[in-house]
Amino acid sequence: MIAEAGHYALVLALALALIQSTVPIAGARWNDVALMNVARSTALAQLLFVAFSFTALVMLHVTSDFSVVNVFENSHSMKPLIYKITGVWGNHEGSMLLWVSILALFGGLVAAFGNNLPLSLRAHVLAVQAWIASAFYLFILVTSNPFLRIANPPIEGRDLNPVLQDIGLAVHPPMLYLGYVGFSISFSFAVAALIEGRIDAAWARWVRPWTLVAWIFLTLGIAMGSYWAYYELGWGGWWFWDPVENASLMPWLAGTALLHSAVVMEKRNALKVWTILLSILTFSLSLLGTFLVRSGVLTSVHAFATDPTRGVFILLILCLFIGGGLSLYAWRASALKQGGLFAPISREGALVLNNLFLTTACATVFIGTLYPLALEVLTNDKISVGAPFFNLTFGPLFVPLMLAMPFGPLLAWKRGDLLGAAQRLTAAGIAALIIVAVVWAWTYGGSTFAPLAIGLAIFVISGAVSDLAERLALFRGPFAVSMQRARGLPRASWGTAFAHAGVGIALIGIVCETTWNSEYIGSMKPDAVAKLAGYELKLDGVTQRQGPNFREMIAQFTVSLDGKTLSVMTPSKRNFTTRGSSTTEAALLTRGASQLYISLGDTTAEGALAVRIYHKPLVLLIWWGPVLMAFGGMLSLSDRRLRVGAPKPAKASRALQAAE
Amino acid sequence: MTRKQRRLTMIGGSLAVLAVAAGLVLNAMRDSIVFFSTPSMAAEKHIPAGKRFRLGGLVQPGSLVRGDNLAVSFSVADGSAMLPVAYKGILPDLFREGQGVIAEGALDASGVFKADTVLAKHDETYMPKDVADALKKQGHWKDDYGAKTSASAPTQGASK
Repeated sequence: MIAEAGHYALVLALALALIQSTVPIAGARWNDVALMNVARSTALAQLLFVAFSFTALVMLHVTSDFSVVNVFENSHSMKPLIYKITGVWGNHEGSMLLWVSILALFGGLVAAFGNNLPLSLRAHVLAVQAWIASAFYLFILVTSNPFLRIANPPIEGRDLNPVLQDIGLAVHPPMLYLGYVGFSISFSFAVAALIEGRIDAAWARWVRPWTLVAWIFLTLGIAMGSYWAYYELGWGGWWFWDPVENASLMPWLAGTALLHSAVVMEKRNALKVWTILLSILTFSLSLLGTFLVRSGVLTSVHAFATDPTRGVFILLILCLFIGGGLSLYAWRASALKQGGLFAPISREGALVLNNLFLTTACATVFIGTLYPLALEVLTNDKISVGAPFFNLTFGPLFVPLMLAMPFGPLLAWKRGDLLGAAQRLTAAGIAALIIVAVVWAWTYGGSTFAPLAIGLAIFVISGAVSDLAERLALFRGPFAVSMQRARGLPRASWGTAFAHAGVGIALIGIVCETTWNSEYIGSMKPDAVAKLAGYELKLDGVTQRQGPNFREMIAQFTVSLDGKTLSVMTPSKRNFTTRGSSTTEAALLTRGASQLYISLGDTTAEGALAVRIYHKPLVLLIWWGPVLMAFGGMLSLSDRRLRVGAPKPAKASRALQAAE
Repeated sequence: MTRKQRRLTMIGGSLAVLAVAAGLVLNAMRDSIVFFSTPSMAAEKHIPAGKRFRLGGLVQPGSLVRGDNLAVSFSVADGSAMLPVAYKGILPDLFREGQGVIAEGALDASGVFKADTVLAKHDETYMPKDVADALKKQGHWKDDYGAKTSASAPTQGASK
């Protein structure tokens, strides 16, 4: 019953989405308030039905109803409850259901909190949301129905892929989807603006918070996915330039550019046409990511779909929305009015530069990801474009971006003073040079690149700090005045400083991990000692343990530094009987921001254990950086200016009366 | 500065950045793209020693030799040719003889493929897509490989 009810709710959601995608548009055309308001109620009702459908699938998984194909293929009655729930989106059908649920959630949020939007804009935005939703409901119902039944229900399920039985699955996909799908809002706003042929600074004020929310989640989602791969796959890598990772990086790069160009549009009413284009491109890249992951065109860690009809269906959706969005743009963009003037050296100019580098970097990732696919389709040649390609293209493009980053916030709008900004960055520049010298002297004879890269990171961080110090007039007046200024400083300015510093911190982590990572690979017998980066790791012994749905071989290591015992590490190897496959559970020991990492290999015939031990200096900074960026985004989101929205004329006059 | 001048500056700047990016991409394409070969393709093409490529095929049954301190050697075969591979490190969890494998590295002077990365797939019925396609092309494909192929299993790899 639950399965049928969930299926039926999904069909109803499709019907509601079809109404929502047509009636409000007609209402906006005829200027009929009642018809335009249909958008609001249908968006909320749609959310209700999709939520019901999603809850139904969760319940089927929790109760282990193996008469449903999706549950049978991806669950097991012995699986811990948390993985029964997360297993809902650990497969193709369920994750698409999560995708549309989040889409409906964002539509519902616009409907619920969009009361200060002009009525026709809200109607158009929700209608465009409903077009996307209808396409994906159809996709689920036609090609990937999660509620299909099996005629003869089996007693036991086939279990979830062991690699996915991890807490990472509970956090990573929902976060990533909140980011991906969140960009649908800026897409809908852009398309609505093109349909209406009207766009102003108030438009940017509505779009920016939504973009920011999506960006925060995408940032955290990517960082979480990277950390998950780091500890789960057992070889200590945190970014593989895998097409699926690139699929999430591209919308992030475009979204970061969008975030910055929306600022220009909000503050200076300039770059309108470009901002609209970026909104369309960002969501197009999200759709492309969905296509790459879901269609199975890539043989990769994340691709579960094998059915070609699915791929073709998503490709159609992709062409429809990207093609439609861009055609509409080509047709209507010239109707939009030009914005304000600014000199090349100005805050606007700096943000344009940021956009230029981010979109170009995004383009290189795009080429590196899709070129092998295109080549294989056209010539049947197989190539692999790996890390070296991206290091040679993406890296050099990020260097000027990061060099320019501290200057941006220090330049004034309209016409900036580059010399003045450079003077205010003198301290940051000197700090960076000192660090370069210190690191270079300390690692004398080693890499010349690493000290320079760390210097760049320090420049970015201290640039963010000096920007704050400048705004607070720190060290120039009494401390109390600075504190007062700190309270008065817009949260968005704090957010900028934190997010920019986060980029520098991540860079330090990346450089330290890749340059000074040390490893020990060898076979160890009990009581053998491995020495690495000053640590001594002694293998105490190996024990066996029975888990809920796996058998586990646990090795115990005692870690000591300078003869003092620090801790015990227990990496293990799990064997999942149902799927006949095993996973490596690495053991991590955190020392400050650095980590010791042990993962196990096979046991040899003589009873020795193959062991892989890494010492990864400052590796945690790689993820603290994005967390700091997301924190900066949240600070900016809590800025009063964004929450208030543009006041309506009527309300403003009433407020004036009250003041008298 | 007039609107026209501003626009020209912006367009000029964008073109400069795009030109640099295009240069970087082309340069990287020349040096860092790795081609995929099976042992017989490698023999036909006479790939020079030191040139990196991806070698795909089946691990020849009986060829796996474990040496001291995690050094392993095995042969990769595709039905018509065979290539010895040397690797040092931990092999992926489900590396098996008779199964599909992809190794990345380069040939040394004596014609041994020195791998620094070995990829295998987690599922027992799995065959890497590149390998399956190459074997199909050469007519060494047995349908039972593909029948139960499940793409739900992730690639698992090992690298030094």
